[in-house]
Amino acid sequence: MDQMMRLDGVAKSFTMHLRGGAELPVVRDVSFEVAAGECVALGGPSGAGKSSILKMIYGNYRADRGEIWLRDGGEWIDVARAAPRRMLRLRKSAIGYVSQFLRAIPRVSSLDLVVAAAREGGAGEDEAKHRAADLLARLNLPERLWSLPPATFSGGEQQRVNVARGFAAGQPMLLLDEPTASLDAASRARVVALIAERRKAGTAILGIFHDEAVRNEIADRTVDVTRFAA
Amino acid sequence: MSETEMPLLTAEGLTRLYGPRIGCIDVALEIFPGEVLAVVGESGSGKSTLLSMLSTQLAPTRGTVTYRSRDGGMRDLFSLSEAERRFLFRTDWGFVHQDARMGLRMGVSAGGNVGERLMAVGWRHFGNIRAEAVDWLGRVEIGADRIDDRPAAFSGGMRQRLQIAKNMVTRPRLVFMDEPTGGLDVSVQARLLDLIRGLVADYGLAAIIVTHDLAVARLLSHRIMVMREGRVIETGLTDQVLDDPREPYTQLLVSSVLQG
Repeated sequence: MDQMMRLDGVAKSFTMHLRGGAELPVVRDVSFEVAAGECVALGGPSGAGKSSILKMIYGNYRADRGEIWLRDGGEWIDVARAAPRRMLRLRKSAIGYVSQFLRAIPRVSSLDLVVAAAREGGAGEDEAKHRAADLLARLNLPERLWSLPPATFSGGEQQRVNVARGFAAGQPMLLLDEPTASLDAASRARVVALIAERRKAGTAILGIFHDEAVRNEIADRTVDVTRFAA
Repeated sequence: MSETEMPLLTAEGLTRLYGPRIGCIDVALEIFPGEVLAVVGESGSGKSTLLSMLSTQLAPTRGTVTYRSRDGGMRDLFSLSEAERRFLFRTDWGFVHQDARMGLRMGVSAGGNVGERLMAVGWRHFGNIRAEAVDWLGRVEIGADRIDDRPAAFSGGMRQRLQIAKNMVTRPRLVFMDEPTGGLDVSVQARLLDLIRGLVADYGLAAIIVTHDLAVARLLSHRIMVMREGRVIETGLTDQVLDDPREPYTQLLVSSVLQG
């Protein structure tokens, strides 16, 4: 299988300067790989550093040590050292991220948020609209909500907008932070089907899935994060 | 290298001293086409001094600023003649001041303010100038019926939108903004931010935005520079610097924002 993602000796801690410089170690020696068409789950209790690992891979958090290699077409990029402009390009073409909580641009409609994400990934205007509508429909977001900004939506509705946005650009790597949290059984099944479909199409997926049934259904294997405890 | 892979503007070692006092010291930056850079910090951090130097309104004590002109050549901005610099300002650049009165002629009609800039780049036909002015006023949501009113009769938010129209009408490649939403009511601010966001996306503008408001930086910028006491103390991807601030001062700034 083609490798897409390789972490080698990654470490992260937070220094809290406003708390007298207290050190908060998160993880150390994080090393694993994810291949195309593979779905890998990060396992371990809350606070073990699962979300921090995803954020380092997306470049949202900095890594203190180690290497985070992502494949972008024919090129390998080390996120831990990449220039900001390279990271922005990497996010468009190589890696998508569904965060745990939706953080959206205020006043922009749900549909436009998803369209914009598809456009970022290089889709033309018509294709982007088509893809966004298709995703929102498949995720069962009532059509009357499409033209509204998600700020006032329920947790489950926001989460579905978030998932649609993360899937819209169709990058070959996906990071998923609890994509099925706060969803009812029917919506959960739809998200699971979408993930399975992407994996089958060759997307490398790294995710956090607290729901054991979901994890067993979609993950090929689990990387236990407690072994990286700092 | 393609056009977008070459910086539009580059600053190196940019320093301005006011006698023994530091305005801003040793700043290096690059801005690329289509990129929005936010410069954040509190008052007195040197961010406005930096913006004044980048836009050639203030001469540096030392350091250089180079700009890639439309013909592709890199020009040292402080070796340009006054006439060349004025030409850049009228054609390639925009400058949005916090106080719209500094960017507008208050005694001239809204249409005149926008038209003036077109005339400066050689437009002569009155009907075309007026049509273009109406078009741009429309894009910033100022009705055609207000074209003959003076900005003195406009609200703060409307003046700011007029200032933006005046800047955009010559299709600049780079826009400098100094606290563009400062001093406005939040609802007016929101509308203005939506307008700026749309213009940046639609026209592929490069912009350098000075702001003390981290929410504005998060919404508009790709990259961020944090300044304190005249120095750049932290720089990087906007979401990275705001979500994982490293420097004590940046942590203080981020922790001081109310969570919305």
